[in-house]
Amino acid sequence: MSEILELSAAAAAGAVASGELDAGELFETYRARAAADQLNAFVWVAEAAPPAVAGPLGGVPLAVKDLFCTEGVPSQSGSRILAGYCPPYTATVVERLAADGAPLLGKTNQDEFAMGSSTENSAFGPVRNPWDRGRVPGGSSGGSAAAVAARLAPWALGTDTGGSIRQPAALCGIVGLKPTYGAVSRYGMIAFASSLDQAGPLTRDVTDAALLYSRMVGPRDPRDSTSLDFPGAIELPVRSDLAGVRIGVPAELSGDGIEAGVLSAFEATLELARALGASVEPCALPHAPHALAAYYVLAPAEASSNLARFDGVRYGYRSSDADELIGMYTQTRHDGFGAEVKRRIMLGTYALSSGYYDAFYGRAQRVRTKIAEDFAVGFERFDFIATPTAPGVAFELGAKTSDPLAMYLNDFCTVPMSLAGIPAISIPCGLAEPPGGGRALPVGFQLAGPAFSENTLLAAAFALEQALGFDGALASSAGDPTADQ
Amino acid sequence: MIEREEVRHVARLARLALSDEEVDRMAVELAGVLDHIATIEQLDLDTVEPTSHVVAVENALREDLPQPSLARELVLASAPAVVDDGFAVPSPQA
Repeated sequence: MSEILELSAAAAAGAVASGELDAGELFETYRARAAADQLNAFVWVAEAAPPAVAGPLGGVPLAVKDLFCTEGVPSQSGSRILAGYCPPYTATVVERLAADGAPLLGKTNQDEFAMGSSTENSAFGPVRNPWDRGRVPGGSSGGSAAAVAARLAPWALGTDTGGSIRQPAALCGIVGLKPTYGAVSRYGMIAFASSLDQAGPLTRDVTDAALLYSRMVGPRDPRDSTSLDFPGAIELPVRSDLAGVRIGVPAELSGDGIEAGVLSAFEATLELARALGASVEPCALPHAPHALAAYYVLAPAEASSNLARFDGVRYGYRSSDADELIGMYTQTRHDGFGAEVKRRIMLGTYALSSGYYDAFYGRAQRVRTKIAEDFAVGFERFDFIATPTAPGVAFELGAKTSDPLAMYLNDFCTVPMSLAGIPAISIPCGLAEPPGGGRALPVGFQLAGPAFSENTLLAAAFALEQALGFDGALASSAGDPTADQ
Repeated sequence: MIEREEVRHVARLARLALSDEEVDRMAVELAGVLDHIATIEQLDLDTVEPTSHVVAVENALREDLPQPSLARELVLASAPAVVDDGFAVPSPQA
C-alpha cells in the first residue's frame, strides 16, 4: 500500500496504463485512507469505485471540493443552508475529468461558500493542517489541500476566487494552479463571485497539475457563457532550466507584512532561478496594494447577489420558525449562513445600496482596471511576476477568527492576479519556522503570467521544482493522518 | 463606526434576520473593513473605465433552440416543501 502512496498521480496513471497497477486497487487504497481521515479534510467519501473508465487520467481517483455539484452526492459548499442537498446534475469539469478516467473519490471540506482563508468557516468544522494539526491548512480549498498533502488523495480540485487554491497549497506544501479566468467551465460550481471564481488543480507536483489541468481546459462550455476555448493543448512540462526567462519581482507584494522566514525562502528561490539562467529584476505594480480593498468590495457585492437564491424555497434548509413568507426567508438565512458569509452579504449589500454604489462598487471596478493595466505593463518587460504566495506560514487554529481584516490580509499577494484574471501557480519552495517558533512549515512561491500562458508557467514552475527538490513527504512525519492524535 | 439603524436597513435589503447582538458586532466589524476599503478613495480614478469582466468576450450568443430541461420530479426532490407539483411557501399575508 505504501508503495502506491509514494506514486505521484501521473506515475500512478502510467502504472495503470502499463498494467503494473490495478485501477481498482489504486482506488480502494485511497478510498480506505480518505474514509479514515482524521484531518476533517473529507465531508463525503465514495463507498466503492464507480465503473472503470479508460482514459488519459488512468483511473487515478480525484478529491473534489464540496462546492462542485455532483449528481446524487452531497454538495453543500460547506454551508448549513444547503444541508442534505444532492444536486440533480454534475459540474462540467467534474464530468469531463470522470470521463477522462479520474473517478470521484470524495468531496472535500471548505470555507462556507469559499469565503475564508483558513477553512475554519465550515459548517462541518475546521480542517487540520497535516504538517501540524494545531494549525490551519489555509483556505478556502483547505480540505483539498490537506487531503493531497496528507496523501489521503492523489490529487484534488479546488476553486480560487482571491487565492483559495494558491494559499492553501502554499500552507500545505503542495502545488496549486489558478487558471486564466474563463479557461475552465464554471457550470455546476456553487457560485461565490462569478467574475473571479475559477476551478483549478491541487497536486503533489507540477507534472500532476499539468496532467489534471490538461483535461480541465478544452472547448468552450455552452452552459457557461464566460468560458473560452483554450488556445492549444496543455503539455506536460519538461523544461530543466530558465535560460532567457525574465522574472519581475514587485516590491509592493514582497516586502512589508511578509514574515521573515517566508521572505528568506522566497529570496533563496529567486537566487535559484538566477542560477537556472533567469534574470530577476524589480518590477512595479503600483496599484497592487489597493487590490485587497477593491476585492473586498467586488467579491462580496457579487456574493450578496449570488447568495440571494438561498431562501429556503427550492433546496436545502428551511426555518420552521416563521409562518409568513418574508419571515421564512430572513430566518432561514439567519440560521443557515455562518458568521463570515453573513458579514460578506452585508458588506456586499451595503456596497451596492443606494447612495454608496459609485463610491464603493464603481471605484473598485476602476481600481480593477488599474491593476490589470499594471500587469499588462509588467508583462511588456517580464515573462512572469513572482511573489510569496502567502504572507506567512500556516497559523494556529483560531488565531485570526476574531479579526476579519487580519484574515483577509492572507490574500494580499494572490488577490491582484485574481482581479486581473491571469493565471498563477504556487509551488512549495522550502520551510520556515513560524514567528513564535516551532516546527518548520511550508512556504509557497507564486509565479504569475499573462492570460493563457499556462504552458510556459507550468514549464518554468517545473524547472524550479526540480531544482528546489522540496520533499512533500515530510508532512507525514507529523503523524499518520488516518490515526487519532 | 456604522449606525445600528444602518446595519438593520442593510440586513433588511439582504433579507437577513440579525439578533441585537449580531447587529452590534456587525456594526464594529463592517466599520473595520470599510476603513480599509476607504484607502481606494485616495486614488485618482475619474478618467478610468470600470472593469466588470477581465477577459474580452463579446456577447456570447447561441441559437434559441428548445432543449430538454431537468425533469420536474428531479427538481422538486430537493425542495423543503412541495404542494401540487410546485414549491410550497408560507403565505405572504399570514
